[in-house]
Amino acid sequence: MSEEQRAEKFLEIFNKGKEFTEELIRENQRLRYRVASLETESPSISPEELQRLRDQVSHLTEENRRIQQRFREVEEENKDFASRYIEIEEQNNNLASLYVASYQLHSTLDFREVIQIVQEIVINLIGAEAFAILLLDEKTNELKTIAFEGDDVMSGLGQISTRLGEGIMGTVAKTGESYYINQDVDGGGAISIDKPLAAVPLKIKEHVIGLIVIYKLLQQKDSFTAVDYELFSLLAAHAATAIFSSKLYSQSERKLNTIQSFLDLLTTTG
Amino acid sequence: MENANFLVVEDSPTMRQLISFSLKRFKNAKIIEAVDGVDALKKLSGPEKIDLILTDINMPVMDGLKLVSLVRQNAVLKNIPIIIITTEGAEEDRERGLALGANAYISKPIQSSHLIKTISELLSV
Repeated sequence: MSEEQRAEKFLEIFNKGKEFTEELIRENQRLRYRVASLETESPSISPEELQRLRDQVSHLTEENRRIQQRFREVEEENKDFASRYIEIEEQNNNLASLYVASYQLHSTLDFREVIQIVQEIVINLIGAEAFAILLLDEKTNELKTIAFEGDDVMSGLGQISTRLGEGIMGTVAKTGESYYINQDVDGGGAISIDKPLAAVPLKIKEHVIGLIVIYKLLQQKDSFTAVDYELFSLLAAHAATAIFSSKLYSQSERKLNTIQSFLDLLTTTG
Repeated sequence: MENANFLVVEDSPTMRQLISFSLKRFKNAKIIEAVDGVDALKKLSGPEKIDLILTDINMPVMDGLKLVSLVRQNAVLKNIPIIIITTEGAEEDRERGLALGANAYISKPIQSSHLIKTISELLSV
């Protein structure tokens, strides 16, 4: 290669370098312009706007706090409603038991049937395993068993005989005040034929005609519940009137039959 | 559960009435009563389709355990849910009742809410 050819080659390379450098400068300018444009397109937030946004955040935070507070209140109300619902359910259940007991007691005038119903109530609604129903003989002032259940767990239930005013049962019959001991506290061991778990007087107003005496509750039942005391109150009055009415009815039936027979006899002989 | 037919097997009229009272919580429930196991089998063979049986154990003529056993052996009746309601609260009594095929065992005195919950669970399956 001659000197002249080498100089041309160098000039060509130099020109290409110049073009490349100019191209780089243009690109640099273009990028600077782009940066400047972007800076213009995204202006910084003004203090007023910032304050407005801060106020909005504060407002939303307060709203959130209020909603959370209301949520807690509603939750509490729900708990109240739930517990009230359970209470009402229980009341409903108790009322049903009381209604059924009352309805059944007055559903018949047959003395044996009335006694059977009292037994059913004591077994099924109160949950007693061993108990006795005593009636007061007003001539002798003695309380005697007329029905019982659970002789296998408390022997002698069929032969209870107590004088008015004597012992726990006699006192209950005389005063008309119910007697209860808590099976949980006092234990089943303390129970004897003379010391029952509960003795409830059967009363027509203040006149005691007999007792329901409970000695043992069913295995699955630990102690008396609130509805049991309600049932005892109901039995005290309603069982007494039902027993008394059925006794009067059977007596009047017998008398009527006797009079009818007498009249028949007079008619036949006359 | 609506329009369910319940068979209540109890010798005590007081308990029959009390259970029926609880069952009225189910809309349009029809309650059929039987006084013992034999009476229950008669009612089960009648025209009414029974959805659930509630039975006592201690009853005259045929007790509740025998009834449960016979129902479970019967090809037509064997899938009817059965609840035993009884004064027998011992664990071995419960196990015996469930082993014979009862679906639930409730001791007396009954809590209506418990009975309703048990029935609802059995009928929703």
